Amino acid sequence: MKLLIKNGRVVDPENKIDEVRDVLVEDGYIIDVAANIVADDAKIIEASNHLVCPGFIDIHVHLREPGEEYKETIATGTRAAAVGGFTSVCCMPNTRPVMDTAAVANFVKERALRSGVVNVYPIGAVTKGQAGQELSEIAHLIAAGCVAISDDGEPVRKAGIMRNALEYAKMFDMPVLSHCEDTSLSENGQMSEGYYSTFYGLKGIPAAAEDVIVARDILLSKLTGGHIHICHISTKSSVELVREAKNEGVNITAEVTPHHLTLTDEIVGTYDTDTKVFPPLRSSEDVAELIKAINDGTIDCIATDHAPHHFESKDCEYDLAAFGISGLETAIPVVMSLVNNGELSIEQMVSLFTYKAAQIVGIDKGNLSIGSSADITIIDPDLEKEVEVKNFYSKGKNTPFKGQIFKGWPVLTLVNGKIIASNGEILE
Amino acid sequence: MELAKKDLLGIKELSKEEIDLILDTAIPMKDVTTRDIKKVPTLRGKALATVFYENSTRTRTSFEIAGKYLSADVVNLNVPTSSVQKGESLRDTIKNIEMMGFDVVAFRHSMSGSAHYVAKNTDMKVINAGDGANEHPTQALLDLYSIREKKGSLENLKVTIVGDILHSRVARSNIYGLTKYGCEIRVVGPATLIPPEVERLGVKSYYSLSEAVRDVDVINILRIQKERQNVGLFPSLDEYSDLYMISPEHVKLAKDDVLILHPGPMNRGVEISSEVADGINSLIVEQVQNGVAIRMALLFLMLGGI
Repeated sequence: MKLLIKNGRVVDPENKIDEVRDVLVEDGYIIDVAANIVADDAKIIEASNHLVCPGFIDIHVHLREPGEEYKETIATGTRAAAVGGFTSVCCMPNTRPVMDTAAVANFVKERALRSGVVNVYPIGAVTKGQAGQELSEIAHLIAAGCVAISDDGEPVRKAGIMRNALEYAKMFDMPVLSHCEDTSLSENGQMSEGYYSTFYGLKGIPAAAEDVIVARDILLSKLTGGHIHICHISTKSSVELVREAKNEGVNITAEVTPHHLTLTDEIVGTYDTDTKVFPPLRSSEDVAELIKAINDGTIDCIATDHAPHHFESKDCEYDLAAFGISGLETAIPVVMSLVNNGELSIEQMVSLFTYKAAQIVGIDKGNLSIGSSADITIIDPDLEKEVEVKNFYSKGKNTPFKGQIFKGWPVLTLVNGKIIASNGEILE
Repeated sequence: MELAKKDLLGIKELSKEEIDLILDTAIPMKDVTTRDIKKVPTLRGKALATVFYENSTRTRTSFEIAGKYLSADVVNLNVPTSSVQKGESLRDTIKNIEMMGFDVVAFRHSMSGSAHYVAKNTDMKVINAGDGANEHPTQALLDLYSIREKKGSLENLKVTIVGDILHSRVARSNIYGLTKYGCEIRVVGPATLIPPEVERLGVKSYYSLSEAVRDVDVINILRIQKERQNVGLFPSLDEYSDLYMISPEHVKLAKDDVLILHPGPMNRGVEISSEVADGINSLIVEQVQNGVAIRMALLFLMLGGI
């Protein structure tokens, strides 16, 4: 079975390609990328005026299975990914039970093969039960297919444990993904601390709650040489710390979410619980610095921190609402708004969603090299559409972008050469 | 003129003209409350529910009697003995109240934004009777009324708010109201109880009580929330009162005709000395009287219309 994607603007930053070309796919692999490919026996996909990109990768999602299937399953979460233009996702270990053993990681891989529609890479827990006390069996987790370790959602509170994790993971070239939060500073906090927390009367979470752990982790990476990856960076001061560390040659990478790149704490004033997320939405000054940092290389990739919740966890008082945003199905259009505003180039956007993300977790993905698996994301940069949560494949309808109109949407997603999603729908 | 919005969620959302309208409407209402026969038929056939998720003496009773003086039917949901204790959600609780035919609900909750959440989920009119650290609009309105009645005008007064500004909805609502009249507002308290970037609300912040009260027209003293003492924001009530209790010497530093306000309940000997609480400058008991008039005015404007 051959597929020929014709006349699209092929954007493949890792191979330094950005021009109109055709892409020929056969039996799940890319077999040619060139101008005017002729293949009479191929099914033609017309892609003129569209962006033809390596399949997008999201290294930070919560699929909730096993244990919290009422929020999301591997089946629904991977469908949300495919519709959102993602061909690979890395799923966090805060499941029930926690993904701290090979058995749970194997279960997730198995479920992904049976019920999933995109590539799923599990992330193992740093510590048993995410309790922050004893290291998980990291080598076993890696053998079961984990690509990184993280206690995401629960920060690794003790510096000594984090030191050991970085030291140990170094043997396997494995990044430790750090959810940076000093809970003694963030306790009971509802939104970013600053003028707006004062104005709205909500308890603030200071930037320092993130910054002190970013600083700690940089020092621990220096001490051990281990690869520290900063999850969902949100403050100007943390960006400055990472930038300085990179200049010094520290083994550090960082990700940012689409919502932290585009929303500020001002919108919390509606008390819409869909604006409640950790880390909290920050000030416009922080947002400006984050945008600078995705352009100057301080931030390596964009990841959604897709956190689907049951509607009842959000249909309540602000203080009682769960933290998190369902992000897979809006990530591309939201980031395209930065492209449309001239704050980010298309080439850089594609880099942040593809090969740069793949490099962090060490997976062989994120380009359109000949011979590689045909994971391909096609975007219509001119398509304007409203975010309609009722159409979400994710069980989590919790997004502050609901009802907003964006320009630039994924329209076709191929995983291993197979069309999985087309124009917002999964082809079963 | 009438109020622009269905609900009263905060002073933030009111224009100066709307505040004036409420204060002006409260004048004849106060007159009603001082008559021998206090009941007027204005809101006959209307129903008010008070739903308080947090304790209250003044505000709840004041809403109840305000409704009754205007002949509305008033029901108080006793939250501690209600199905809330069985885990009924706020949304379901409010829907049930609505289905009994109430026109308006006076709602209090310990969490900011809860009144907004209720307003989004009901057709009843909602009066915020205090939401977390956000707003307490009827308290601010009765404070403004009390000050205006004594001073003749609210324009350009100097007002000091003392105490736990961080957790205080009374402070915020007063700030939002008084700034509309060009008042110079000072807030004073321990640094741990002054919220971040408070000056962007249009106030000056102080740590020294004597400096903060010098030459002011009004001192509004906040209750120190003893339940917050354990979280380490200040070392002890003793040290707090040494630094921030308003005593007669502070009153002397202010203008001769300074007004002393306190929203209650008072902790005598902690944030206010008894000499000041019971002294000639104190408006504290009149505030309570004016609170009934303000709530009558609001119920009238929201339910009776003009």
